[in-house]
Amino acid sequence: MKMAVITFPGSNCDYDLYKAVQQVGGEATFVWHRQRRLHGYDAVMLPGGFSYGDYLRAGAIARLSPVMESVVAFARSGGPVLGVCNGFQILCEAGLLPGALVRNASLRFESRDVHLRVERQDTLFTSEYDAGAVLRVPIAHGDGNYQADDDTLERLEGEGRVVFRYVDPTGTVTPDANPNGSWGNIAGIVSADGNVLGMMPHPERAMESLLGSADGVGVFTSLVKSLSTAAV
Amino acid sequence: MSSHRLEIRVKPRPGLLNPEGKAIHHALAALGWAAVHDVRVGKVIYVDMDADTPDAALVEAEAMCRKILANPVTEDFEISLVAAEGGVPS
Repeated sequence: MKMAVITFPGSNCDYDLYKAVQQVGGEATFVWHRQRRLHGYDAVMLPGGFSYGDYLRAGAIARLSPVMESVVAFARSGGPVLGVCNGFQILCEAGLLPGALVRNASLRFESRDVHLRVERQDTLFTSEYDAGAVLRVPIAHGDGNYQADDDTLERLEGEGRVVFRYVDPTGTVTPDANPNGSWGNIAGIVSADGNVLGMMPHPERAMESLLGSADGVGVFTSLVKSLSTAAV
Repeated sequence: MSSHRLEIRVKPRPGLLNPEGKAIHHALAALGWAAVHDVRVGKVIYVDMDADTPDAALVEAEAMCRKILANPVTEDFEISLVAAEGGVPS
């Protein structure tokens, strides 16, 4: 499984994604944002960080990078794309996912572990989890407050496109469990076709129990398994 | 072709939570301005550009807003021409 990890100026989770992919037996390759060609990859990953210093809006400048044209084409042709944190913001700015991520309601940069509930088990990225499983995964963002217009939110909920939601440790959606003010405690959503996942929490930073949590591993094993099944 | 200065005001959409405005609201209340009941923060972008006419510059600015300067999900925008030598921006 060949996975492209896109590096933008200001990305800081690209190595974490690279390592996560390798840990589950995938082959990761860094792709610099100025590269236009994106051939021979089974999946594309957009890492967290602060591309272009978050100037204008988080992800607004990065989505104009030369490589993004190929990422959009890859996604539109059904290729799996995972965007984490800044990667999620870039996917929204690029129009591959609806809505926008605005300043945290707390006005603070939130850097801590949160609990997530797996809302959908039947996606490329979550098949190795049990539906309703509660994960402990870190967040680290200042602009993670997911907002969209009412029609979009209704559509996301109606079509079951919310994949992860912030919950308390028992798996219940509560206002206190929401670290950033996101509508409906939304932490991650998929595209209408299900091949593009954006999420604010960092599964690639939850890969080793020794380092706090291995609850993020499932995202990567799910993807590798989905791709292997598709290849057969 | 002449130079035009455009003032682009990018504003948070009505109804959308504006945390920065909320924080400033609290600060103003703490300073005694009890009459303030809402504060919202947007941004102002100044663009100097060449165009044949002021209207042509406005058309370009609107395209800039739709393409990148404003996020249609969360922001509205207003554009006006300002005097290029008018002392803004410093």
